[in-house]
Amino acid sequence: MITTLPKDQDIYIIGVGMTTAGEHWDLSMKELALQAISAARAEASQASPEALFVANMLAPALSRQTQLGALLADFAGLRGIEAMSVEAAGASGGMALRQAYLALRSGAISSALVVGAEKVTERVSSEVEAAVMSAGDADYESIHGITQTSQAALLMRRYLYEHGLPGDALADFSVCAHANGANNPYAMFRKPISREIYLRAPMVSEPLNMYDAAPLADGAAAVFLMSADALPKTQIYPLVRITGSGAATDSIALHDRPDPLQFSAVALATQRALDQAGLDRNSIDFLELHDRFSIYAALSLEAAGWAEPGQGWRLAAAGAVRATDGLPLCTFGGSKARGDIGGATGVYQAAEATLQLQDRAGGAQVNEPQHALIQCLGGVAATAVTHVLSRPETS
Amino acid sequence: MTNLVPKGLMMKPDQAVGITGYGAYIPRYRLPATEVARIWKGGSGGTPIKEKAVAGLDEDVITMSIEAARNALARAQINPSEIRAVWVGSESHPYAVKPTSTVVAEAIGATPHTQAADWEFACKAGTEAVQAAIGFVGSGMATYAMAIGMDTAQGRPGDALEYTAGAGGAAFILGAAETALAEIEGSYSYATDTPDFWRRAEEKYPEHGERFTGEPAYFKHITAAAQALLEALSAQPADYRYAVFHQPNTKFPQRVAKSLGFTEDQIKPGLLVPRIGNVYAGSALVGLTAILDIAEPGDRILLVSYGSGAGSDAISLRVSQLLPERRNAAPGTEEYISRRTEIDYATYARYRGKLTV
Repeated sequence: MITTLPKDQDIYIIGVGMTTAGEHWDLSMKELALQAISAARAEASQASPEALFVANMLAPALSRQTQLGALLADFAGLRGIEAMSVEAAGASGGMALRQAYLALRSGAISSALVVGAEKVTERVSSEVEAAVMSAGDADYESIHGITQTSQAALLMRRYLYEHGLPGDALADFSVCAHANGANNPYAMFRKPISREIYLRAPMVSEPLNMYDAAPLADGAAAVFLMSADALPKTQIYPLVRITGSGAATDSIALHDRPDPLQFSAVALATQRALDQAGLDRNSIDFLELHDRFSIYAALSLEAAGWAEPGQGWRLAAAGAVRATDGLPLCTFGGSKARGDIGGATGVYQAAEATLQLQDRAGGAQVNEPQHALIQCLGGVAATAVTHVLSRPETS
Repeated sequence: MTNLVPKGLMMKPDQAVGITGYGAYIPRYRLPATEVARIWKGGSGGTPIKEKAVAGLDEDVITMSIEAARNALARAQINPSEIRAVWVGSESHPYAVKPTSTVVAEAIGATPHTQAADWEFACKAGTEAVQAAIGFVGSGMATYAMAIGMDTAQGRPGDALEYTAGAGGAAFILGAAETALAEIEGSYSYATDTPDFWRRAEEKYPEHGERFTGEPAYFKHITAAAQALLEALSAQPADYRYAVFHQPNTKFPQRVAKSLGFTEDQIKPGLLVPRIGNVYAGSALVGLTAILDIAEPGDRILLVSYGSGAGSDAISLRVSQLLPERRNAAPGTEEYISRRTEIDYATYARYRGKLTV
């Protein structure tokens, strides 16, 4: 449907929905997605979207299911609308949000649902691990049996070595994420952990221990986008505006990068999103970064420009990323404590940041945020997608 | 989870039935879990139990069932020819075709006027046989029926199950409640199609769905069965002196007991898994023998088994006046546990036929 909507108008998030992250033994991916979609539509006065963008990375491998657009549109009672899935591994959620955003900006449509959903507990862990690693370079990486966890361990070891850091330098990312997760009713883990618990955790792939790695979990999140011209007269909750959107890529294989400790896609995507929003880093009130591994959090902070190379860990160690401090990070627990929902991660981040900007984050609420930066990563940051979300009155 | 079960679903025979005799058997060899960790994990990582019982070279489910059956007979003080059914539940029957139960029946003198059959339902094959025996006796079809749960459990080398897959079990003679050592107050069975753990025909080792074996499998079924039976009996956890649950590892039965409202003290005497491993079809039943070794007249005992695939049998018992005088007629379960010869992984590999050349 080609409408007469003008281009370049503002795009708003008018509804969000999430399921708890975790082991949903009795729910299928369809049912999880439906819960999130229904919750998001309920917040948007049951407005009917013109298109559905599905973010997912694992359904083809784990559920033998493709064509998620038609599948979920039909299951959600939206048979007939335009729908598709967007895949960019762990960045699928951000990328689906961006594709929906671009479609609305183009003026071709004026409303869209973005839903991210993953169902990982139907398979044993070895199959899940192999499916996740399909985001690497099949010819040069996966074929040798390396996993994303062992790749993260290689990066962590290099990081500690290059900067002369002790083995527990990244501990506070995990401690902070779990402290925040305790305040998120949708989180998989809702208990704070101490540094001592982190230090006692078994090694997964030295020097990366169990608390350096996020658990992959089932879940779904949805956000409802609408162009300014199409907004309903009245809103249930304050509108949140997407003020910046950027995506970038890096080499998919780690060995093709001049410096593997530089997440160059993160640098590019962050700058693109900030430039579009017309904001500098100081204007960002909190960050939702993709902390699948604690080393990713440190490297993302550095690549995105919040710390010099080798200094990202200090922000956590100094407590600066706690919910109560200068630059709150992963305010709903991030992937570490909320649970990593694979390709749905970016949609969870959008829903969480929206709740923060609407002052609806409950115990996880940070102090009157105006601008949020959310960012998800595919593979070892071979894809990075960044969005800036803002309170409308300040944007 | 709702368990609104009509009282009519509780199983209780027309004629009151009880346990007339019971006997345990646990082989003497012990493989410490640290040995499995030494071989497969470089000695690191936690272990789900302390050690597991391992059958010797000359032992299998038939020989072990005969040992337990003889102990049960010694306590029952009945003529074995009066036993009209010998049923053996196991997932380690030595033969795929040819009953374990006929050999056992012959060895204890129960042949030829007897039923004999082997039962299969993963770890609850033993309590399944007990349930059937209650019906057999309670209907008047038999004066006595024997139900055995016994296993020499399989765990693939290196698999998480290898730490716990142990050997042992127990035999029970069911008879009229008036002459029993413990009366069956009622029982209940709960089963669904839940594929958490299985071993296909011709396969040597089982496979499992990892964490799927927990919440939607073990915990769901045990909780549902226990709650339904308690509700039907209008009973509370506090009404019981003891409780025993299927024991695949140390944590699961402790957790399910706590969530149902049972205390550490109630489950401790029957919690044998840290010292003998998961003896599969014999797991909850051998725990019950350890409880009967110390229980006093009037004590109530709740037993809930769990079998993968999946289902749970919940059985409520009340100890009679006869138990104290009879229990010393056979070796106690604790004697079997303390009769202990530690072996290393190499000896275990030889005893259990792990090396195939």
